[in-house]
Amino acid sequence: MNPRLRSGQAVAEFDYLAVEDVSRHFGRRRALSRITFRADRGAILGLLGPNGAGKSTMLALLATLLRPTSGTIRYGDHVAGAHGAGLRASIGVLGHDLFLYPELTARENLEFFAGLYGLPDRRAAADAALEAAGLSDRGNDPVSSFSRGMRQRVALERALIHQPRLLLLDEPFTGLDDGSAAALGRRLQTLRASGAIIVLATHDLDLAEDLLDRAVFLRDGRMVHAADRPDALRAMYRDIMTRPNVASGLSRTNG
Amino acid sequence: MFAQIVWLVLRKDFTIEVRSLEIAYTTLFFAISCVLVFAFALVQEGRAPEGGAAGILWIAIAFAGTLALGRTFERERQAETLRALLLAPAARPAVYVGKLLGIIVLLLAAEVILVPLVALLFQAPLFAHPVWLALILLTGTVGFAAVGTLFAAMLVRARSRDVLLPVLLYPITVPVIIAGVRATGALLAPEVDAGVLQVWVALLVCFDVVFLTLALWTFEPLMTD
Amino acid sequence: MFATAPILIASAPYESTMGLVQKIFYVHLPSAWMFLLGAIICGIASVRYLFKGDPRQDRLAWAAAELVVLFGAITLITGPLWARKAWGVWWQWDVRLTASLMGWMVAVAYLLLRKYGGPGSDKLAAGLALFGMANVPFVYISVNYWRTIHPTTNVVPTLPTSFGVPLWFSAGTFLLLFILLLRLRVRLEEQRARVDALYLSMDA
Repeated sequence: MNPRLRSGQAVAEFDYLAVEDVSRHFGRRRALSRITFRADRGAILGLLGPNGAGKSTMLALLATLLRPTSGTIRYGDHVAGAHGAGLRASIGVLGHDLFLYPELTARENLEFFAGLYGLPDRRAAADAALEAAGLSDRGNDPVSSFSRGMRQRVALERALIHQPRLLLLDEPFTGLDDGSAAALGRRLQTLRASGAIIVLATHDLDLAEDLLDRAVFLRDGRMVHAADRPDALRAMYRDIMTRPNVASGLSRTNG
Repeated sequence: MFAQIVWLVLRKDFTIEVRSLEIAYTTLFFAISCVLVFAFALVQEGRAPEGGAAGILWIAIAFAGTLALGRTFERERQAETLRALLLAPAARPAVYVGKLLGIIVLLLAAEVILVPLVALLFQAPLFAHPVWLALILLTGTVGFAAVGTLFAAMLVRARSRDVLLPVLLYPITVPVIIAGVRATGALLAPEVDAGVLQVWVALLVCFDVVFLTLALWTFEPLMTD
Repeated sequence: MFATAPILIASAPYESTMGLVQKIFYVHLPSAWMFLLGAIICGIASVRYLFKGDPRQDRLAWAAAELVVLFGAITLITGPLWARKAWGVWWQWDVRLTASLMGWMVAVAYLLLRKYGGPGSDKLAAGLALFGMANVPFVYISVNYWRTIHPTTNVVPTLPTSFGVPLWFSAGTFLLLFILLLRLRVRLEEQRARVDALYLSMDA
């Protein structure tokens, strides 16, 4: 792997992601209030919570698309502002929207983004990505002709095309059938084994259940609970989300 | 690296457009409709008022340009691909230049059909001085597109972007419209005054240079939150 | 200073004893100057906000833009009233008139963008202000070549003292009014920002 961008800036290297007392406000709306957590290499962290809890905002902050109103996000020794392009080169994002051009073929999409990330061999990168998505024979079909599950697979490989250290996923299971969801789960486990930092936002607990190494529960922009190696997520979730007073509900369990 | 990103973005837009031709067809048809509406409004006893052809040509270009700008960036908004472009470690001004070149090519292509149409419908001798005409159209289009691409890109995040684009764009591009219309009008006069043409083209070139520089300079801060 | 401005405004009608046409000038010319001053303040503050990100500059630019629209409207309304008598037409496509109108349009667009643009429109508006400022010479030159009818509007130095003194006096009044309104507006926004900050820190 080429450790430098072609612009000459070094690709950021880091072993952990630390969110320290981060708040983000939009005018008068508190999207996130004083969030603190840490994600390590080789682990999958789940941001759990209902719609509007601030999960997407958190991911946008981690992706350096937004800046926190207060608090800092550390990528190992790096802080977002100072290390713009080099940091972006080691972050991969699978958004709620697919980030794919429906009119282009899967291969064209992948090659385009490989070029944007400055990869030396775009064709090889696209080949590898298609292979990983299990779509080697459909590479020359436009993305608009794909099923939801196939699109999601291409989108994931697009996000991984530059082999990012940090992978951010926003509701990756939405609209997937059981088979596709299980395949996605397996792919994430391989990535975890290869030492990536994975942050996954979802409200789908059934699918996230076996996957997560750590769970952070968000509600109304606040962190209400954090658990390492959580099991029985659903019971925990129901218990936490129905608590009347959220502000005093910050607790921590290790199991 | 910069040139490579520009080329990638341009080629990507071009591939999409060739495949659907949506923006090209709608923009062109819209421009033709504009010309016809103005023809019905202005032509009396079979003749357009003096200088009318130049004005109608530039109004059609400005209206069609606004439409094309809006559609181009709507396309980038659909699957949030503009976000993906901003997430990549690529130089952001290069993304701007790539989009800009795409818009310019599209508008120039529309003009290739618009100019003969206006010349035909209004009996205007537009082709008497093809080099001057090409120069005026090129410099005017670049100036309009330079401002328009920046504004359309930054409005992708804004609400009511469809109305805001022309509201912001037209007051700023008034010099382009005035210079374009006057220079084209001067071409249509029986005696072409080269001095007048030089002044207008010089003005357009200055506008292009100043606003391209400004757009490249402000694209990065405008696109980051 | 806040106390003196209303008194000065109250005393302003004193000089309005000249002919009907001249009278308008005491409103028209000073408001045009304030219009220009507001535009300059808005432009500079916007550029500083865009590149430094200081929210105080943003509030200043916003307040100035509102005053540009206000004084611009006064200028553009009183102008034709005067022109009707002096030139015999309500509107001339003269350089200053046209450039003023375009500047006013940009300021209105600025406010529209801030009002309807949703979150993040403050940066976009700052960009617009920067472009609007860069556009001034182009509008001026292009309109100048377009319409070379050029009535002499350069009246100030040639005015006899009896006209000049009230004019300067009324210009001073307008300047104080401008500063008063600007400071009030900026203070309002500052307090609004402070209330927001308090609200947001309430349970943090």
